[in-house]
Amino acid sequence: MPVTTIGGKEVHVDDEGFMTNYDEWDEELAKQLAKNIGIDELTEEHWRVIKFLREDFKETGETPTLRRVSTVGGFPTKELFKLFPKKPAKKMSYIAGLPKPHGCV
Amino acid sequence: MKRLVVLGAGTAGTMVVNKLRPRLDPNEWEIVIVDQEPTHFYQPGFLFLPFGEYGPQDVKKPKKRFIPAGVEFIEGTIDSVDADANTVLLGDGTQLTYDYLVIATGTHPRPEETPGMDGPEFGKTIHTFYTFEGALALREALKGFDGGKLVVHMVDMPFKCPVAPLEFTFLADAYFTELGMRDQVEITYVTPMSGAFTKPVASAHLGNMFDERKIHLESDFYTERIDTDKNALVSYDEREVPYDLVVTVPLNMGADFVAKSGLGDELNHIPVDKGTFVHKDHDNLFVLGDAANIPTSKAGSVAHFAVDVFVPNFLRHIEGLPMLEQFDGHSNCFIESGHGKGLLIDFNYDTQPLPGKYPLPGIGPFTLLGETEMNHWGKLLFRWMYWNLLLPGKELPLPALMSMAGKIPEDE
Repeated sequence: MPVTTIGGKEVHVDDEGFMTNYDEWDEELAKQLAKNIGIDELTEEHWRVIKFLREDFKETGETPTLRRVSTVGGFPTKELFKLFPKKPAKKMSYIAGLPKPHGCV
Repeated sequence: MKRLVVLGAGTAGTMVVNKLRPRLDPNEWEIVIVDQEPTHFYQPGFLFLPFGEYGPQDVKKPKKRFIPAGVEFIEGTIDSVDADANTVLLGDGTQLTYDYLVIATGTHPRPEETPGMDGPEFGKTIHTFYTFEGALALREALKGFDGGKLVVHMVDMPFKCPVAPLEFTFLADAYFTELGMRDQVEITYVTPMSGAFTKPVASAHLGNMFDERKIHLESDFYTERIDTDKNALVSYDEREVPYDLVVTVPLNMGADFVAKSGLGDELNHIPVDKGTFVHKDHDNLFVLGDAANIPTSKAGSVAHFAVDVFVPNFLRHIEGLPMLEQFDGHSNCFIESGHGKGLLIDFNYDTQPLPGKYPLPGIGPFTLLGETEMNHWGKLLFRWMYWNLLLPGKELPLPALMSMAGKIPEDE
């Protein structure tokens, strides 16, 4: 796994830059990760979503799907598309420092 | 007398009772299996029905034929499970108590979960090959299709046999090419994922399969509804994909009794330990096959390998011994690519699909991540193996856990 420096901190990431070590993440890093993908400011609503993702991952060991964030987390899907435009599932997990959601092949 | 109850007589449930019956003393153990559907469908065969390559009789047999002597088959619906009281309530009011429970009720397409899908157009311009009836209706639709926009669509992950829509796309390309009308059909593949292939090595090897076949890709498409006035799929970010014929994979959900029993996640799949399939709060409850929420593909091959790991574990568990085997998420899938060829992928929780040979290193006969005729023959041969070896619980010469032998690692 490659190591990269984000916001002055060394972290482990995969080939696409998704963090691979849950415990290396912190809120400062999240702000930097958000900037990397064009989200300049994380609002309170962004944070609520990110915190749900972090907590859900801790419980289940898997990055929650968009559907799970919407039905279990209670964030309407439309809202998630506004907060994390075009690719919410990918962007949310990137900022929350969780593995990228993937298919089988 | 102890009682093992198995819910669901599909691929996983049938294999489990066939493997456990000879290994559990009939004087001590009663085995009961419950299913509401009398017919066992060979679901991988549904892919071939629309193209006329298989007929209806090739993909179905009576379930009872695969249930061994000494196992009671109850045909009926399941109302709920009370995992604290160790009871199953059936739809007709019968209460079954159990010492151990295996849930293997699978996952099923739910067209009604997507607005616009399950209306008057379902079976007309909107089709699915994920059911027997659906695949046969699609066969007629393809016969009558005189060109236009063919859209292959999936609502959301996870769904069973995740390579099936890819295969359908490749087979449709070949089908219309062979009819001499491929230039009149525009094929678009619409996925909620970031691409048709999402794993790096597979993407590198297979990424050009779409371009070569002139298949359009619409990725990151998260479907909100189908607009049947406009004949278009509509996403949450307000993109539209127009169609003349859409072949969809509806949202897949586990059985309703799972939700009623408070055992499932948001899609009625049941979270269990991914190494042993035991429920975290009930150590006499196991979930096998597509019904489980474990991070690997929902597929018959996974059910097969999972059962091979489960059986020795279960026999130790009931003696009070620790379960020694750990499932690795092993999955093995043929991917039909059209014109009598196919691909093969073999992977697990930690190892993505890699190129190489399978099952014998250097020899094969099957080729991983490459298109060959032998892979296609493997897929066709598998139907015989399924009915005659796999379901009756006979040993297949394939190890349950994934092996790196024959694979070319990523960094070489």
